[in-house]
Order: sequence, then structure tokens, then C-alpha cells
Amino acid sequence: MQFDSFAAAVTMGGHGGFVWAAYAITSVVILVMIARPVLSTRSMQDTIQREFERKQAHEKDAS
Amino acid sequence: MSETTDIDMLRYCRSQTGRHIMLLVRSPSEVINPLLFFLLVIILFPLGLGPDREQLSVLAPGILWVVALLANLMICMRLFVDDFEDGSLEQLAMARVPLAIAVLPQLVASWLASGLLLSLVSPLFGLMLGLSMDVTPVLVASLLMGTAIMLLLGAVGSALTVGVQRGGMLLALLVLPLYVPVLIAGTRALNEALYGGDPYVALALLGAGVTGGLILAPLAIAAGLRVSLEL
Amino acid sequence: MWRIVHQFGSPPWVYGFCDRVIPWLLPITVVALLTGRVWGLLFAPTDYKQGDSYRIIYIHVPAAVVALAGYYVMALAGLVSLVWRVKLADTAMRAAAPIGAAYTAIALITGAIWGKPTWGAWWVWDARITSMLILFFLYVGVIALFEAYENKTVAARACAILSLVGTVNIPIISKSVDWWYSLHQPASIKFTGSSAIDASMLYPLLGMIVAFYALFALLMMLNLKQSLTSEYAQSNWLIKRITT
Repeated sequence: MQFDSFAAAVTMGGHGGFVWAAYAITSVVILVMIARPVLSTRSMQDTIQREFERKQAHEKDAS
Repeated sequence: MSETTDIDMLRYCRSQTGRHIMLLVRSPSEVINPLLFFLLVIILFPLGLGPDREQLSVLAPGILWVVALLANLMICMRLFVDDFEDGSLEQLAMARVPLAIAVLPQLVASWLASGLLLSLVSPLFGLMLGLSMDVTPVLVASLLMGTAIMLLLGAVGSALTVGVQRGGMLLALLVLPLYVPVLIAGTRALNEALYGGDPYVALALLGAGVTGGLILAPLAIAAGLRVSLEL
Repeated sequence: MWRIVHQFGSPPWVYGFCDRVIPWLLPITVVALLTGRVWGLLFAPTDYKQGDSYRIIYIHVPAAVVALAGYYVMALAGLVSLVWRVKLADTAMRAAAPIGAAYTAIALITGAIWGKPTWGAWWVWDARITSMLILFFLYVGVIALFEAYENKTVAARACAILSLVGTVNIPIISKSVDWWYSLHQPASIKFTGSSAIDASMLYPLLGMIVAFYALFALLMMLNLKQSLTSEYAQSNWLIKRITT
């Protein structure tokens, strides 16, 4: 470990604010970029599933 | 079906160029307006930056080129619009001459009426900004080539946006990044000439740009026009 | 070999491919990103010139590298779409654009944040950042062009042409920006020192570059899956996949 203490890792000789800010912003952006398509796909899949089940039930009633 | 021979194409281009030039001569405002725009914006800079001659002359190359760039953008916004709207662009696309060649006459005529005139008038504007008259040859040469490249690139953007509503801003967005190398080379040529360096490297690069542009741009322009015509 | 190429044009096959790959690519990418970051943040040695602020390099450089590569991916997809009329290539190109733009934005933001402690200014017009800025506008241009057309099939063709024009111009732009910068700044200031970089600093950097590439691939697949799900929502093959 490059830093002697947790406090040293946070402040990074005065530059800590910049480094952590950069890493934090990037993390947020990456998380959002991953989450958006995953959530959207899942919700579309749920809709398709429900439609399918609705149609199944319908056909069962009809027969 | 007979093939279009080279002689046919040459004759076609020559006659079409003449036609487009006549059209421009008949509507002089299309020719004068960009020049007026050039002049007006040039005037803004001393007003905004202060009348200090020394400062202006240092900034003059950059100012001249940026304004030439913007004036060129204005011209490109008008490039294919009229022909698109009245259907003659469609006719052009169906002609026997390949579209990439068929657009050249219009581009040549446009450049003669805009880029060429701009370049020839530029020493006057340079004077207003305190640019030394010694660099006039470099100024004119670089602008002649630069405006040609910018017209070709702008035409590519124009071809892609002609069918889009209010495509002007979009055109600017698409084309300005592509103009950056021209701007850099043009100002470099001027600055080298002003401060005793060698402007020929920059001028040669501009020349290469014109040659490359003449070969590649028409292909992209034709492809872009075909896409726009599908709307 | 052509069979493989053909498969890439088939939506059901590609969907299945994504379904198979994502479950393991996702965790691997996340682990790679975390490892790279922790390594770069806490374990790599402190730079004697810049102190610890240089650690931002472990995000900035990988983002910049993949942002540039991403444009070529997008243009390649556009080329395939234009020449071979493969609809899936349109979708891939459309997916790549916002991802690439986001990477470029990350590169620009981290670049600015790095600039402040290192050169005292939030924005320094050096060659790399200026090229990144222009790349950002090239991406935005493609996205804007796509949005401007109503007919999305035609829009994709226009964007393909634009991306190809951009591809040809990118080397020209970056060389000319380098040239411009070399005139206006002394050569001693180099954003990422071409001075020999120590191995202990290099490895986390390479690791992060690989991680960012993996992330790009992951995001492409996630977005492809999303587009395919929305496009083929009524198709039998998709309904079957989802409901079984």
C-alpha cells in the first residue's frame, strides 16, 4: 500500500479532493451506463412476459 | 444504352458550370452577402478587442481565418437547398453522369463566387486588422486553397443535412470539427510568413488538402445527397 | 468463415450471443475495473513530480484510448451497414455513439480535474485534450444527425457516411492539433510524459485500458440487447426466448 494511513489515502497530499472526485464521477457514469440498458431490457421483457401470459389465459378461456 | 464518354462529361461539366455562374450573376446578393458578412464580422473584432494596432496585428491571422471559416459555413448552408426543394436535385441524381461528377460544376461555380472573391478581397481586411502587406501572397494563396477545402467539406455536410428542417445549426456542428485542420494550417502559414519562418509547409499541406478533397469529397457528397433524396 | 459472418447479421443469433456472454462479461468487467482502480489509487507509487494527482491518469488515459477506438468501431459498423445493408450493423453503430461520447466526456472531465492541481488551471489547451474535445463534437454530430432524420433507416445511412468521413479526418485532425500545439507550447510540457514510465505505474494503466475495453464491449452488448428487445418485441423468436 502506498499510503501509510487511511487519512493519508484520503487527502493524498492535498490532491485527494481531485483524485477522489474524478474517480467518483467516473464510477457514477459507468454505473448509470450499465444500469440503464439492463433495467430497460428487464422492464420490456416483463411486459412481453405479461402479454404472453395474458394471451395464454385468453386462449384457454376461448377453448 | 450508350456509355457516357469522358468528352461528354467534360462538356457537361463545362456547360453546367457556366449555367451555375450565370445563376449566381443573376442573383448578386448571394455573392455579395457573404462578403458583407466577412466585412461586418471583421469590424466587430477591433470593436471588441480594442483599437490597439499591435495587438490586432498579432491576432489578425486567426481573426481572418475564423471569419473566413464562418463566411464559408454560411455559403454551404445554401448549397443544395434550392435544387433539393424544386426537384432538380433528383433529376441530377438520375442523370447519366455520375452524381459525384455532376455536383462539381455547382461547387466550382460556388467557389468562384465565394472563396475566390473572399481570398482576393482579404488583403483589404488584413489591412484593417493591421496585417502587414508583405504577407499578402501567402494570405491569398492560403485562403484560395483553404476556402476550396472548406467548400468541399461543407458540401459533404450540406448533402447530409439538406433534407433536415433547420439543418443550418446541424451543418455547423458536423462541419466545424472537420474545418479545424484547415484553420490550423492556414493560420500557421500566415504566422510563419509574418515571423520569418517557412510558410511553404503549411501551404503544401493545404494544397494536399485540396487535391485529396477534390478526389474524396464528391464521393461523400453524392452518397449524402442520395441519402437525403430518400426522404 | 462466412457462416460466422452471416450469424452476426441474424438478430436471434446475436441476441443469444449477448445472452450467453453478458452473464460472465459483466462480473469480469466489474472486477477488472475495481482491481485496476484500487491498484491505481492505492498501490501504485507516488509520482515524484506530480504527487498523487497523477492517479487520475488511470481513468483519463484508458477513457481517451477507448473513446478513440470506439469511433472506429462505430464507423466500421456504419461501413458494414452501408455496403452490405446489414440492419444489425445499424443498431450496433447507434449503440456505439452514445457510449463513445460518454467515454470522451469522462476523458475530458477527468482531464480538466487533473489539470487543476497539475498546471493550476481547469482547462489547458494542450494537444490531447483539444483532440478529445473535437472527438466529442464528432460523436455529438453523429448523434445529432441521427436524431434529425425522422426515417431512422435513412438516418442510419446518413450517420454511416458521416462516421466514415469522420474516420478519415480523425488522423488529420489529431496530427494538425499536435502540430498547432508544438508551435505554441514548449515541448517540455507533455501531458502524459513520453519519458519512460515505470513498470509499477504502467501495469495498472494497461490493466485499466483492458478493463475499459471490456466495459465498452459489455455496454455494446447490453445496448444491443435492449435495442433488439424493443425492435423485435412482437417477433416469435423473441417471445419464445423470454417466456421459456
